[in-house]
Order: sequence, then structure tokens, then C-alpha cells
Amino acid sequence: MNSQRQSPLYRSRLLQPGADRSPDTHPLTWRLRDDGQVVGLKEYESKEGYRAVSQVLNGHDPGAVIAAMKEANVRGRGGAGFSAGLKWSLTLQGDDIPRGYIVCNADEMEPGTFKDRLLMEQQPHLLIEGMILAAFANNARYGYIFLRGEYVESARVLTAALAEAREAGWLGPDIAGSSFDFDIALHTGAGRYICGEETALLNSLEGHRANPRAKPPFPGQSGAWGKPTVVNNVETLCNVPAVMLRGAEWYQGLSGDRTDDGGTKLYGASGLVNRPGLWELPIGTTGRELLELAGGLREGRKLKAWLPGGASTGFLLPEHLDLPLDFDTVGKEGSRLGTGLITVVTEDQSMVALMRNLEEFFARESCGWCTPCRDGLPWTVKLLLALERGEGEAGDVELLDKLAADCGPGLTFCAHAPGAAMPLQTALRHFRREFEQGVRYPRGKAHADPIPAGGV
Amino acid sequence: MTMETTPTPQTITTDGFRLHPEDEGAMRAEASHYEQPQAACIEALKIVQHRHGWVPDDAIPAIARVLGVGPASVEGVATFYSLIFRQPVGRHVILVCDSSSCFLTGSDQLREKLTDRLGIGLGQTTPDGRFTLLPVCCLGACDGGPAMMIGDDVYGPVDEEDLADILEGYP
Ligand SMILES: Cc1cc2nc3c(=O)[nH]c(=O)nc-3n(C[C@H](O)[C@H](O)[C@H](O)COP(=O)(O)O)c2cc1C
Ligand code: SF4
Ligand code: FES
Repeated sequence: MNSQRQSPLYRSRLLQPGADRSPDTHPLTWRLRDDGQVVGLKEYESKEGYRAVSQVLNGHDPGAVIAAMKEANVRGRGGAGFSAGLKWSLTLQGDDIPRGYIVCNADEMEPGTFKDRLLMEQQPHLLIEGMILAAFANNARYGYIFLRGEYVESARVLTAALAEAREAGWLGPDIAGSSFDFDIALHTGAGRYICGEETALLNSLEGHRANPRAKPPFPGQSGAWGKPTVVNNVETLCNVPAVMLRGAEWYQGLSGDRTDDGGTKLYGASGLVNRPGLWELPIGTTGRELLELAGGLREGRKLKAWLPGGASTGFLLPEHLDLPLDFDTVGKEGSRLGTGLITVVTEDQSMVALMRNLEEFFARESCGWCTPCRDGLPWTVKLLLALERGEGEAGDVELLDKLAADCGPGLTFCAHAPGAAMPLQTALRHFRREFEQGVRYPRGKAHADPIPAGGV
Repeated sequence: MTMETTPTPQTITTDGFRLHPEDEGAMRAEASHYEQPQAACIEALKIVQHRHGWVPDDAIPAIARVLGVGPASVEGVATFYSLIFRQPVGRHVILVCDSSSCFLTGSDQLREKLTDRLGIGLGQTTPDGRFTLLPVCCLGACDGGPAMMIGDDVYGPVDEEDLADILEGYP
């Protein structure tokens, strides 16, 4: 590149300097280097790395790991917030049950989310250590990191780290002299958001189209190739080593009296803020604190709305800025914590246009299995486009209500459609007038072909 | 699970397509990581794509034969995933993020600048075969929106003035 300007090559980064991070307060990121280089095996080992594996595997008590994880109440960081310990306690195990799999969900594709990338690109051994501990607790014989295809840098770093760990005996037979054996392969995908849904992910892992599977059976009962399989998010798994080393009580205490949820979270902010970025903060940090860390809105703009954790969460308003961002509190406001990386919408930005953009995403990424999702979402796009251009007709907004309701929880095969419905329903609730302003024609006069068939 | 493979030396050809023996070995090595070889299907498609730039129809039965599965299931996979290309693409594929955070920070303008500069729309390839332009879901670079990816490199935030320099890096 022969330019004076700095080339804007993107690099994942945490906006907290090392001096602000300690093992007692920042279990996920305290080892990260200020220069953003990978924490390699030697450095990781010198900073308590793999200590939890040595201790736990030689304790020979998988049940104790599950108990500690339950007590710490590490809630799934992939977005659903299900207790990892509880999930693990439901994994089928026993003498007559074959050993199964640990699958790390590294498909990170939720719009507005850029957290797992940081953990994988800069500290791959923490994830590997978390997976070994999860494998031990769930009696898994093999692990897969299901990585989205576009994460080329993560793939490079993880491939090197897996080789390092294998070479040092942290993967393979008889890990740390405990007689426990386990290894991990990296599996890279080839696009499609739906691969992140855990049962679609298993189909994709097995080399099929990524249509979700019926639940039950849950993956813990019958997952990859019919074996008990635990699927956890990257960040969830990265919490395990510290919980095992420092204990559930310490983990619970990390969030102080902000919330009942324990631990820290990688929070982030994107949109028109001055300093978009990523921070490890106690669970229960508020939206206002995140906005402050992000340096406020650009050029004196005003906040209109925000998504607390990705495209499939519901819109919150400025009045919600002081709520602790934990799973239950955000859930009570008609939204979800989701991935915990907020997307900021400013007063000058159109909700109708943004909704059109969001539903284009959901419509394109539908796997096509269920009618409300496959056909309903392109229909919402068509209506939203008309409203955005000021060419809608009477009844369009109500039709959007109906199409969103048809995608609600329990009506489709997976949570993709409810994820598409939630931002739409909350946008229609909070900003209805904006949508109504796009209505120009009487009923039956705007859309020549009211029901679009096929894709967008 | 072992890494050993026993590549069969015969060359697999189907109609106009000849599978490179090295690629066949790589596919078999991949398949050894799984309970069933079908699981290496996406990787096998990527291996072909890596060598040829895209996946021609005649590669499908060849992959099916290596993995010991039906061509229909390989075809089903090949048509599902957005990063498997079933038509020739340019030397460099540009993926422009069109998801929400980038939308809010200017992905429409970035896409317009790209289409203007390259003279092609989304899904098209420049006549000189240099670039193909495609939309992509959130690249996980939202703090650098608007973001795009060229080949293996992620760029963001991409400013209009940077575009010429960036593109120059991909002859
Ligand atoms: C459409 C859809 C996409 C998803 N994408 C992801 C993803 O990219 N990463 C992820 O960890 N979880 C994703 N999930 C959630 C997973 O289904 C699952 O809940 C999660 O991997 C479980 O891990 P956790 O309990 O550690 O969060 C997605 C869910 C849905 C419905
Ligand atoms: S809800 Fe949508 S993505 Fe999920 S199974 Fe149905 S069609 Fe597929
Ligand atoms: S929305 Fe574009 S990188 Fe995330």
C-alpha cells in the first residue's frame, strides 16, 4: 500500500488498558496485551494458564465442575442466557452412554456483535482451556470449534494455538497426567447466519444444509452424530477456567450488588458513538455507562433508541439507560440482553429504514423451513420499503403487527423468526407514528402484488 | 481420532473436471476429523474453490465420490452456503457488510462508492475479472463500521478517500 494515510485494516481491540485489568476483576481479558498481539502458550502458562486444567482433571470429579458452574450461574453468552452449569447437568453420561462432543459456537454473526473475535484472536488458549474443562465435566471425547468462515484471522490464531497446546500435552491422551484424553478440531463454516442456531450448527457440522433440528431431543441428549453434545458460546467457555480457579462465590461477587447474575461480560457499543468499542465490565453495567465509555454520540446527536444485544433483540429507549444490563432485567422490558453489545440509533436516523434493513437481513438469512419466516419476512420487507418511500397504504402497519405476531415464540421451528419479530414489534410499539407517516394510499391501492413469493 | 490418511492414488475426474490429487488428499485428511466423511463436505467445496476460484458443477460428483456420499447431498450443501461460489468470481471478492451497525454508520454510501468506482452492482464481476462485489452479514467489525472484507483482509471504518488506496492493493 503506497499511501500516506493509515490503511484502515480492521483490528479487534479492547478499549481498556492493561493497567485497568486484573485477574481478580477481569477474568476474560486480564492477560490481553496492550499491543494487541496474541497471548501465546508460554505467556498464557506464566499467567495461571492451564492451571485450572491441571487441578481439576487431577481431582477426578467431573460432578464438582458442574456443581461449581451451576453455583456460579454462568449464563450463556451466546444470547439466550441459559445457565451453563444447568445445561451440563442435563448432558447424558454413564457407562452405557458413548462419550460425546463439546462444540464451541464461534459463528458470531449477530449484527452488532464483535466480541468472540477478540477472545479468539488474542487469547486462544483461554478458549481451549475452557473447552477442556467442559469436556471433562461432560465426558466428551472430542471438541469442535465451529468458526464462521470469514474469521480468517481467528482461524489462523486458533490453528497455531491448537498445535501449541497439543505439543505441550494440553490436548491429546492423558492430559496433565490425569488419564483424561481430549482433542479439538477447528471447523470453519461458509456463511449463513442460521448456522449459529445450535441445532442448525450441528447439521452444518455434520456436512448438511443448516436447517435447525427439532428439540427435544436436546443436543445434550442427542447431538452430533446422535451423541451427547454440549454447545456453548466462545465467551461462555472462556469463563470456565476462572470459575474453577477462583470459585463460584468470587465469580458471583464480580457483579457486586448490581444484579443477581454473576461475573463479567464483554460489553460493546457501535453506531454513531465517538469511540465504538469493547470493554469487559461487571454484569449489570448500564447502557448509560456504556455510552459514556463510548464517548457519547457523534457531533452532538441525540439518542433515539438502542438495541441492547444485537439485531434480534428489542429496541429500548433513552429512558432505559439506567437499567442494569443483565438477562432478567432486560427481559422484563420486552427485550433481551442478547449478546450485550449495544447498537445505538440517533434521532436523525429513520426507524423505518433501519427496520427495513434489519428485516432484509432476517429474510435473507431465513433457512426457508417455516412459512411465517420464509414468506412472512420478505413480505415485511416489501411493506417496510413502501413505508420508507412514503408509498404505503392503509392497513400496512397493522399487517406488520400481524406478520410479526406470526413469527412469535413457539410458532416456528427455531428462534430465528422470533428474533426477527422482536425488533419489529418493539419498533412498532415505540415509534408507531414514524411507520404510519409512510402511509399514503387507501387500502388496496398501493401494492399491485400484495403477497410476494420467494426471496427478497 | 487420527490424522492419518490413506490417499488413493487414482485421479478422480468427472466430465470436464479433474480433481487435483493433492486436494483429494486434503479432503480425506479433513474427513478423518469426523465420525462420518460427509462432515468434510463444506471443507471439500472450499478446497476446490481455493484452487479454482469457484465450484464448477462437475466438481460436485467428484467430491461426492471422495467422501462416499451422494452427489445430491453435496449439491444441496453447495447451494446453501453463501461463501461457496457456483459461478466464476473475480480474482478478489469484496464482501461489503450490509448489517445494522454498518447501515447506521454508512454502508449504503460505501456500497455506492464501490459500485461507482468498479462499475458493477452487487453480485457482479468487473469485466477484467479483478473484483466481484457481494453483500455479507455483519463481519464482526461493527466498531469499525462501515466495514468490508477483501480476500482475507477486513477493513473498517472505510472512508471514501481510503477506497482507491485499498483497492490498489489488490491487482
Ligand atoms: C438464528 C440464531 C443464531 C444464533 N447465532 C449464534 C451465534 O452466532 N453464536 C452463539 O454463540 N450463539 C448463537 N445462537 C444461540 C445458540 O442457539 C445457542 O443458544 C448458544 O450457542 C448456546 O451457547 P451458550 O449457552 O453458551 O450461550 C443463535 C441462535 C439463533 C436462534
Ligand atoms: S424459524 Fe426461520 S430460520 Fe428457523 S427453522 Fe423456521 S424458517 Fe428456518
Ligand atoms: S454490522 Fe457491519 S460489521 Fe457488524
